[in-house]
Amino acid sequence: MTHPSDTGPAPVLALRDISKSFGAVRALRDVSLELHPGEVHALAGENGAGKSTLIKTLAGVHRPDAGQVLLDGAPVVFHGPGDARDAGIAVIYQEPTLFPDLSIAENIFMGRRPRRSLGRIDHRATREATAALMKRLGVALDPDRPARGLSIADQQIVEIAKALSFDARVLIMDEPTAALTGSEVARLFGVVRALRDQGAAVLFISHRLEEIFEICGRVTTLRDGAWISTEPVAGMTEDDLVRRMVGRDLDELYPKQDVKPGGIALSVRRLTREGVFTDVSFDVRRGEIVGLAGLVGAGRTEVARAVFGIDRWDAGEVEVDGRKLTNGAPSTAMAAGLALVPEDRRAQGLVMDMSIERNIGLTGLRTTRRAGLMDRRAERSRSLDWAVKLHVKYVRIADTVSTLSGGNQQKVVLAKWLATGPEVLIVDEPTRGIDVGTKAEVHRLLSRLAADGVAVLMISSDLPEILGMADRVLVMHEGRLTAEIPRSDATEETVMAAATGRTAA
Amino acid sequence: MPESASPARRAVRWDTVVGALLVVVLLLSFTTVDGFGNALNLSFLIGNTLPIALIALPMTLLVVAGEIDLSVASTAGLSGAVMGALWNQGMAIEAIIPVCLLIGVVCGLVNGLLVTRLGLPSLAVTIGTLAAYRGIAQIVLGSDAVTDFPVPYLDFAAGRIGDTFVPYAFVPFLVLLAVAVVALHATPFGRSLFAVGASEEAARFAGIRVKRQKLILFTLTGLMSALTGVFWALHYASARYDNATGLELSVVAAVLLGGIDFDGGKGTLGGAIAGVFLLGALQNVMSLRDVSAQSQIVVTGVLLVLSVLGPRVARQIAVARAGRRAAAAPPPASRTPSPTP
Repeated sequence: MTHPSDTGPAPVLALRDISKSFGAVRALRDVSLELHPGEVHALAGENGAGKSTLIKTLAGVHRPDAGQVLLDGAPVVFHGPGDARDAGIAVIYQEPTLFPDLSIAENIFMGRRPRRSLGRIDHRATREATAALMKRLGVALDPDRPARGLSIADQQIVEIAKALSFDARVLIMDEPTAALTGSEVARLFGVVRALRDQGAAVLFISHRLEEIFEICGRVTTLRDGAWISTEPVAGMTEDDLVRRMVGRDLDELYPKQDVKPGGIALSVRRLTREGVFTDVSFDVRRGEIVGLAGLVGAGRTEVARAVFGIDRWDAGEVEVDGRKLTNGAPSTAMAAGLALVPEDRRAQGLVMDMSIERNIGLTGLRTTRRAGLMDRRAERSRSLDWAVKLHVKYVRIADTVSTLSGGNQQKVVLAKWLATGPEVLIVDEPTRGIDVGTKAEVHRLLSRLAADGVAVLMISSDLPEILGMADRVLVMHEGRLTAEIPRSDATEETVMAAATGRTAA
Repeated sequence: MPESASPARRAVRWDTVVGALLVVVLLLSFTTVDGFGNALNLSFLIGNTLPIALIALPMTLLVVAGEIDLSVASTAGLSGAVMGALWNQGMAIEAIIPVCLLIGVVCGLVNGLLVTRLGLPSLAVTIGTLAAYRGIAQIVLGSDAVTDFPVPYLDFAAGRIGDTFVPYAFVPFLVLLAVAVVALHATPFGRSLFAVGASEEAARFAGIRVKRQKLILFTLTGLMSALTGVFWALHYASARYDNATGLELSVVAAVLLGGIDFDGGKGTLGGAIAGVFLLGALQNVMSLRDVSAQSQIVVTGVLLVLSVLGPRVARQIAVARAGRRAAAAPPPASRTPSPTP
């Protein structure tokens, strides 16, 4: 693990011994990084390792406390994102921000469209320039098509095209694949390869390790704000990479304990919501982790929402511990011992502007009261208790949850629900977008909960997670349950066959 | 550049600012405005501000929960009109008042049901009912002015305790204020309102019965508006269909001035009430200085805009300061990329 030496062409962009602190927190310590033209360079590290700070330093959002940013070998200072953009550095974020009602071409040339005489907008030139960009990227997107309705992958491609229209030579992609499906990832990667072959330097951030191995040439690892290694991806294994990121061997990513299942805790019978899912029946027993797999849009999340009462169902029934739940009433579902950790932690799991304490407290409003009034001491001790149990990393319990990293936010959502002492826990994409270390923690937690007799229903698009954690796998396809596969028979092939509607297992 | 990025120096809360501003305005008025400081004028100030204050109580809760009710003044007007019409027909005042309150409940329920069942935005719904309730008031009472209510009631609504500055009606208001403060800041119900206002979806996922709560709030607002309508008719000894016209402007201005975030989820009742009395004091001073009623409305409107703007500007200044602090680190000397054309 030596420091990167110059290989091939000179770096287009380099960081040399960059340090950056926020108050007492040293986000980056003497970090160096070189991006060469024509390479896809991975940036790996757990949440909080300093990746975001490094990206923001490259993008001109943060100014380093010490160290240099070198552009084509010459030191530069970015006074703001505009400077970085003018220097040919573009950042593509996880969630693109296009104007839905404008066309692709209008989005790309927003505010600087080619003009004809008298200041009239030259629509044809705009369209042609857009078509040329699309051709460079090797994709067939109609410049006149409105951005509304584009898949997230295509929206990102539009963002990339926009970056190219600014003559970007360095593309920073911050978890671009987090919200993409498999085929969308392939489409995006096609574009990334085209860019690379045209000599662009790409810095690629992803929590999906397999993607790093698929598309990146070299990988730089950060841990706790410090540079750990920069090395070619070829010859490394996933375990090697995880060890660099975590600094130790990960005990195990899927620490599933064997538990003898108990009685039925959750029973779903012939549940139907018209046009969304049909005739869904299944049970989850105490001590069991049941995986719910399927493609995005198969209706898994919708079933969970209906079971918990967020949406109403049209037919069927749900029982928790033999008690029938009221249709469309989350409060009665909670009272019956049901908990749902939703798919979108920022919009559904947390009130982002509220403190950690009060977010956890929200599920305890019925219990942390005395004579009808809030019992603030009880609320605080309940929240502190669970924040500590789940190892949430925070400065003050009264800080807003928006100050936490994604993984820690997810832990707060889990804390909020575990504090209710649920009999049945439904988790929807429990580890999406969180780092490996936290992921293993969440898995350990789910396993321990099951061992303690909680019935767990786990919705996940992460197939290794389903296979690694579930005692049984339920598979949905187009709104119906198409298969129930015991752990012993569950493989990527059997699950995917059922998920895509080929012969059920 | 000191490294202590001011963990101790936290942003001054807006409601504290408004409270301080109220004190300053009162002190200035005491010393510079003739006729302000005597007990009689102060009792007028309080009495004239009470309608705003009464409606501001439920309005604060409503805005914290992310909704608004602009029909409050029309509901008050309708309540007063019904009171006058029934009195003209010879009904006993003790029977009339409960009827008026009930009408307020119905008005509030209608608003609440339109918002929660049909999912309509409250701003639009209550602009509609603002017009509708006022129209009904006119149908009910026509252009009559009913003034001959029983003297003890008129005395209670307009009088003050002995020679003090305290109107009788201020006492029950203080009780209602205490109830509202406890409800918003010390009960699970109040706590959940902040969650609803900050993120309705997350509140729903936490098992909070969002629709039910909003319905309760709209109904309470209707009830308090009707109560205010009764108070208004007695206080000014005049029940007319156009009583309290435009009062919603003052209520919303005062509540926002008091630091209740228009987008929901933030604010304190203390701040809102400070905003109410700040507005009341300004109106009183303007009246003493013979500022016309029209000009007073202009001032209220400007205050409304400033009260929405103020906290935002304050926040932006804070952000900009933090940004400058972050950027103030010694830059490694070097060239700056020249902007490409």
